[in-house]
Amino acid sequence: MNAIPAQHPRLVVIGNGMAGMRTVEEILARAPGKFQITVFGAEPHPNYNRIMLSPVLAGEKTFDDIVINSREWYAENGIELIAGEKVVSVDRESRLVMGEFGTTRPYDRLLIATGSDPFIIPVPGRDLPGVVTFRDMADVDAMLDACGVGGSAVVIGGGLLGLEAANGLAVNGMKTTVLHLMPTLMERQLDTVAGGMLKADLEARGLTVMCGADTAEILGTERVTGVRLKDGQEIAADLVVMAVGIRPNSTLGRAIGLDCKRGILVDDTMRTSDPFIYSVGECVEHRGVCYGLVAPLWDMARVAADHLTGVADSLYIPAVSGTRLKVTGIEMFSAGDFIGGEGAEVVEFRDPSRGLYRRLVLREERVAGVVLYGEAEDAGWYFTLLKDAQELGTLRHTAIFGQSVALAASGAPAKDPKAALAALPDSAEICGCNGVCKGKILTAIAEKGLTTLDDVRAHTKASASCGSCTPQVEGLISLALGDGYQAAGEKPMCKCTTHGHDFVRKEIVSQGIKTMPGVMNRLGWKTADGCHHCRPALNYYLLCAWPGEYQDDAQSRFVNERNHANIQKDGTYSVIPRMWGGVTNAAELRAIADVVDKYDIPTVKVTGGQRIDLLGVQREKLPEVWADLNAAGMVSGHAYAKGLRTVKTCVGSEWCRFGTQDSTGMGIKLERMTWGSWHPHKVKLAVSGCPRNCAEATIKDFGVVAVDSGWELHIAGNGGIHLRGTDFLCKVTTEEEVLEYCGAFLQLYREEARYLDRTAPWVERVGLDYVKARIVDDAEGRRTLHERFLYSQKFMQIDPWAERAPGAEAAQPFTSLQPAE
Amino acid sequence: MIDIGTLSDIPRQGARVVKTAQGDIAVFRTLDDTVFALEDRCPHKGGPLSQGIIHGKGVACPLHSWVIDLASGEAQGPDHGCAKRFAVELRDGRLWLALSAAQEAA
Ligand code: SRM
Ligand SMILES: Cc1cc2nc3c(=O)[nH]c(=O)nc-3n(C[C@H](O)[C@H](O)[C@H](O)COP(=O)(O)OP(=O)(O)OC[C@H]3O[C@@H](n4cnc5c(N)ncnc54)[C@H](O)[C@@H]3O)c2cc1C
Ligand code: SF4
Ligand code: FES
Repeated sequence: MNAIPAQHPRLVVIGNGMAGMRTVEEILARAPGKFQITVFGAEPHPNYNRIMLSPVLAGEKTFDDIVINSREWYAENGIELIAGEKVVSVDRESRLVMGEFGTTRPYDRLLIATGSDPFIIPVPGRDLPGVVTFRDMADVDAMLDACGVGGSAVVIGGGLLGLEAANGLAVNGMKTTVLHLMPTLMERQLDTVAGGMLKADLEARGLTVMCGADTAEILGTERVTGVRLKDGQEIAADLVVMAVGIRPNSTLGRAIGLDCKRGILVDDTMRTSDPFIYSVGECVEHRGVCYGLVAPLWDMARVAADHLTGVADSLYIPAVSGTRLKVTGIEMFSAGDFIGGEGAEVVEFRDPSRGLYRRLVLREERVAGVVLYGEAEDAGWYFTLLKDAQELGTLRHTAIFGQSVALAASGAPAKDPKAALAALPDSAEICGCNGVCKGKILTAIAEKGLTTLDDVRAHTKASASCGSCTPQVEGLISLALGDGYQAAGEKPMCKCTTHGHDFVRKEIVSQGIKTMPGVMNRLGWKTADGCHHCRPALNYYLLCAWPGEYQDDAQSRFVNERNHANIQKDGTYSVIPRMWGGVTNAAELRAIADVVDKYDIPTVKVTGGQRIDLLGVQREKLPEVWADLNAAGMVSGHAYAKGLRTVKTCVGSEWCRFGTQDSTGMGIKLERMTWGSWHPHKVKLAVSGCPRNCAEATIKDFGVVAVDSGWELHIAGNGGIHLRGTDFLCKVTTEEEVLEYCGAFLQLYREEARYLDRTAPWVERVGLDYVKARIVDDAEGRRTLHERFLYSQKFMQIDPWAERAPGAEAAQPFTSLQPAE
Repeated sequence: MIDIGTLSDIPRQGARVVKTAQGDIAVFRTLDDTVFALEDRCPHKGGPLSQGIIHGKGVACPLHSWVIDLASGEAQGPDHGCAKRFAVELRDGRLWLALSAAQEAA
């Protein structure tokens, strides 16, 4: 025996990943100082949340965001971290661990947590440069590097990992194709209906998905150039990602003679065949099962820690776990036996127009499996029914409609999220990503005096990953602190919520929430259907976040936007047709005159926005008035919209003796590009042909002033309650540049301002320098903002008046109910 | 009572107007499909309540955002005033509206 006797027993951990470090955390929680701990990690990083690599790839998080324990944490806890050195052998006789660079450490107890390896299909070309896997940060860096060059990518494997990789690559601008061997995507988590919906959703985002695609060969000589399928088809690719599955990494365990099958064999206490060696995570095989999700690891870590410290005699009991796909904007959840079969009943709910699908598999009146697609707010509720194997009883016929409907119908008291949280046992898991239970959160709040969500995230990791448990975590904080708790420190949007605008916007995007009930459920709204303050704001945030997908909610629009006209003090409306750049002609004027005569319109006025206002129209008459104006080629002027109003122009170089550029033409082009766009508040543009500025461009949200050598761009002016002159943004030379800068600026405002902030207060809040950095200095960022603006416009530039033509379904709200005879 | 149509003629969280000899009556349908009827005139300055945003069991008037309780017709919060109520009920899949104001009838 050549081991040096130590004051404390030595624990060496091999594998600086999620299961290994979680076990270390559990050990510290039970018996701090019991072991002298050394951790070897093959990766050169402190430990990080592997499941969040997908959001890092998609650009939604940075590496720093996903670090679980920083290097300081290791130091503070007296843990020696040897990162970047792989362990190559273990001398079990003398209990000594050896690293690839010669570092040795003796141990009294050894913990092996080497995770798993991506499976590489054995086809020719698999070793070519440009073929990568998706397992660690180095893989993500390799993919992001490839995205920097651009081109096309092929992802082999249409399971969770493959689809998250494909989405990330597509978001980064790669033309991406997914090759999947099976007939439907994610067949291990989804039935064929949900798998089909997923395929359609991914295709709608521009991905190409080929099912039944069997890879024969990876093509290329120097580096990868494509993939050939068994049926002979070839797909060009500059990058190939293999994501067909994982294999337990039991290499080291096998090499040192531990009993292994697919994984390192462990008993119910997580001990291997060597009594001094424990093993946890994806590298183990427990009762014939290997795991590939984090939830089981938390249990393994607890059990291993109990036995290593000797504080308790627990046993590892496998439990079901659920799966979610972390592709922003696609909501799905699956758990348990979702296919069914003999002795099972299947209940399904489908609403194709809203893209919703739910499937429950019942056995003996209990939930045995669930698939949710399109909306997954109720995942937690279904998962609890599944885990508790609770007999459904009165919920049997309504469970498929979701928690609120089912509980209401069963006569149970309406869902009170706070009471439900209070009733949970301390052991109830709140955060699935990080395995944090209720008791731990409450203890941390009490002991450490935590008061904000960020504090709790920092101290417990709860809600620090995918964020879908944020409402429960906030609920616990407010349970603990009472009304003293204010979410995220920001002023609440309204009385229905503790959250502020910025927080809500961020969660809508990061959690991919696509419906208003979804926002209210997930973020813990206190009212069933919000109020007249929050609903219009949420409607706008959803519309802005999910162009083409979110269904505008007319009932959450203020009267003017719902009726597409401005209500007047006597309940009549005013109608303002668009007059592009303030230019009209005889035919339009004649049509307007005819409408005035035909409908007996009492007042015709020229507005301050260079167009004509028809005041005093009865609501029932609106569709007819619009139809007549439409017939003459005129569309809504959106004089009522939190959106693009007018583009004022002056005559410019066409006629004016001082004009330097065609300001009228420029204004018309701007209006053609921007009409129909919805914004946090109204937006007004103007173009003047010279610095005399007859169009008053320097009090507009976006003002353009022509000079001999080009165009000066001005932003954030306001002629309203608080007069504010614009800030000078920059000067450009071409009309195309004016359009691009304008689109980019408006999109930045659309995406980042709070509802009811006009550009002036918004720019004052974020600072002119910030806007310049985003719009002027960052050419690439400007281009993508502009592209997003144009993309959204594809869905916005539909004349709301034409949609409400007399007789059309959308015209119904304008008519009165007719009593039956 | 008169038959004014079916529940689905009114959008959820929305309202429709019935023109009667007594003036316009707004018939509201809430999120949970409860139906209420009020005179379509805000007690403040006569705004058409049928055009407001409906939430919970209240409507925010489109002109100056008073919130009117649909069940009682009373303005909520610090504001005072009351819109006339009318009885409305769902029977055999049809909506029936009473043409005399509820206060007077009661
Ligand atoms: C019709 C018009 C007055 C006119 O007869 O000229 C008008 C009418 C109203 N304005 Fe205006 N504004 C009109 C041009 C303006 C202008 C001048 C301009 O656009 O160049 C301004 C100052 C410029 C600016 O916006 O910075 C203007 C600043 C406002 C404001 C103050 C906004 C602010 O940011 O401080 C309000 C109040 C608000 O929006 O909350 C307002 C609100 C209104 C409302 C919507 C009040 C209301 O809520 O009912 C009025 C609706 C009347 C109606 O139903 O048509 N109106 N309003 C003008 C319509 C222009 C058009 O063609 O669309
Ligand atoms: C992109 C991605 C997304 C995922 N998404 C989800 C999800 O949404 N939900 C979910 O539940 N799960 C998800 N997973 C799975 C989850 O990340 C794993 O279940 C979990 O990380 C397994 O933990 P582990 O500690 O066993 O392995 P790991 O976290 O892989 O840790 C093993 C570590 O050991 C190191 N190592 C290996 N051999 C040696 C050696 N000889 N010497 C030193 N160090 C060594 C490795 O470098 C690695 O750092 C995802 C995985 C990936 C890759
Ligand atoms: S200034 Fe504008 S808001 Fe005021 S009365 Fe005139 S039109 Fe109405
Ligand atoms: S008229 Fe209803 S609030 Fe003023």
